[in-house]
Amino acid sequence: MLSYISRRLGVTLLILLGVSFTVYVIFAFLPFDPAALTCGKNCNDPGIIEANRHRLGYDLPFFTQYWNFIKGLFVGSSYGMGAALINCPAPSLGYSFREHACVSSIIGEALPVTLSLALGALVLWLVVGIGLGVLAARYKGKIVDSASTVFVLIGTSLPTFLTGLMLLVFVVIKWRWLPFPAGNYTPFLEDPYEWAQILFLPWVTLAFAYAALYTRFVRSAVIETSNEDYIRTARAKGLPEGTILGKHTLRSALAPIVTMAGLDFAGLLGGAILTESVFNLPGLGRLAIGSVIEYDLPIIVATTLLAAAIVVLMNLVVDIAYAFIDPRVRIA
Amino acid sequence: MTLLHVRNLSVGFPTPDGVVHAVNDISFSINAGETLAIVGESGSGKTVTNLALMGLLNNNTAQISGTATFQSHDGEIDLLGIEGSKLQKYRGRDISMIFQDPMSSLHPYYSIGDQIIEAHQVHNQVEPEVSRQRAIELLGLVGIPDPASRVDSYPHQFSGGMRQRVMIAMALVNNPSLLIADEPTTALDVTVQAQILNLLKDLQSEFKMAIILITHDLGVVAGAADNVNVMYAGRIVESANVFDLYAKPSMPYTQGLLDSIPRLDQPHTNRLSAIPGQPPSMISLPPGCSFAPRCSRKDEVAGGRCSLELPELTLRSASHSARCFISEGVAVK
Repeated sequence: MLSYISRRLGVTLLILLGVSFTVYVIFAFLPFDPAALTCGKNCNDPGIIEANRHRLGYDLPFFTQYWNFIKGLFVGSSYGMGAALINCPAPSLGYSFREHACVSSIIGEALPVTLSLALGALVLWLVVGIGLGVLAARYKGKIVDSASTVFVLIGTSLPTFLTGLMLLVFVVIKWRWLPFPAGNYTPFLEDPYEWAQILFLPWVTLAFAYAALYTRFVRSAVIETSNEDYIRTARAKGLPEGTILGKHTLRSALAPIVTMAGLDFAGLLGGAILTESVFNLPGLGRLAIGSVIEYDLPIIVATTLLAAAIVVLMNLVVDIAYAFIDPRVRIA
Repeated sequence: MTLLHVRNLSVGFPTPDGVVHAVNDISFSINAGETLAIVGESGSGKTVTNLALMGLLNNNTAQISGTATFQSHDGEIDLLGIEGSKLQKYRGRDISMIFQDPMSSLHPYYSIGDQIIEAHQVHNQVEPEVSRQRAIELLGLVGIPDPASRVDSYPHQFSGGMRQRVMIAMALVNNPSLLIADEPTTALDVTVQAQILNLLKDLQSEFKMAIILITHDLGVVAGAADNVNVMYAGRIVESANVFDLYAKPSMPYTQGLLDSIPRLDQPHTNRLSAIPGQPPSMISLPPGCSFAPRCSRKDEVAGGRCSLELPELTLRSASHSARCFISEGVAVK
């Protein structure tokens, strides 16, 4: 087991290095001059541009730049000199001249928002998706099953921005069940109630589409597993139906759900762009979109890299979790 | 003592094309401690018969009728009439079943010990440690080397033959009085087949249990069974003591099955004979003998009676009955 984990860990580190290099190459060879972008769209003073280029290290050879970037992740980095010296502590992802802040601290503010959003949505869609999927499988062809089909159909066909806007219009504006989310995200540690109240509709919006997908998946997985020979064996042993479903069927049927949920969750952590935009949440998705529109290269690099790293790391987590679930993976 | 008496068991599966009559009005009984073989080709209703007795058919998709009187540990019960939730406490305790494919019959995510312990725990209010000792004991009995450490292994760490031994251990953990073995050796190598059959025989005398052995292999039957039911198209077409059956097969289908086995006492240059044709559709069975369309001797009976009238299962001797006009003595020619 330990050798399995360390083997996977080593591979993951290599992949991360490859990802970081690829992302850095793409952005280094974009047809933009990062130095020119540091002093505004209409900045024409070559003196300032060259000074900024030197301060940010964009005049160094490519590999030196990449090396400094990687080094900054571990030891921090500093830009400029003398009174204008800017220090970004580790892990440093660069400095955004547009925001006048270290990229890592900008991301540090956006990440908890996206994390809260994704985590809440994940819990919601897992509960609804698995619950409804199991019910639909158990009562196949009955009214619950038909109702779940309708739910799946609506959930998969409604785009997120429409769901979000409709929720806003009806729940907040028309029926006034919830106060208007004024974009003032409150951290969980400050006021958990306020935190949940602001995030509730975004959670529902995000979870709706995923819950529909998961319902469909769980339903067919449970039905398929119920036809396995080893489920017949469990029944032949005289186990009660509840044990057969809960212990034997679900263990096999839900194993692929771990993979799915892990990767979907990782995808969302990279930024739930539409949901964050509709509900005006200052998360990673909105940060990424904003930086693309503003040509804020250091932030684009950082958000892209972060999203990729999260996916890679989540893959690792899923693989390790799978080894706990499936002994065939563990003892291979 | 009659352990199980099945009367007029029929099983039908409604489909959009009509009801599939998988089992048609069969009756048989088995005594405590003896082995009854049920023989027939694929689709003859052997497995469905036994799944019905175990209550393992889905009531939503199967129409089951008939009675099956069984002597359980707490008195006589009707396996077919009893409620599903009540039958559950007899399953795995009084009647156990092992299946055709040991590769897929064990849950891949649980250790074999866990699976055997679970089977013991569900019917016995004892400490898990007691069940574990019982599991180790049973694994030793079925010939798993070093059972005390193998008990924690997972199914994928065993070969097919070993997994079938594990299935047998699991089936026997509660001392059942009846074991239903559904083609227990079909998926195994020939050498392993013999080992498993010998093991079942040894365990039968040790546990004093009756065995219903489902198979399509008359070679397996000869060595293992006391009595034989030959099934064709959902009906019992011949039922006999194993010696009588091989000595005097009284139905052309049985004869055909016997002729299709290679024999050591025949010249090896002889071609094996096969029964021509296919079994009939179970949705619309022919009005006469189900085997008539394939029977090479049906012309021995006058007036095409074989194709018009269903022969009854009638006695040939005290321990031998068959469903055939020819051996009934009505043959004209």
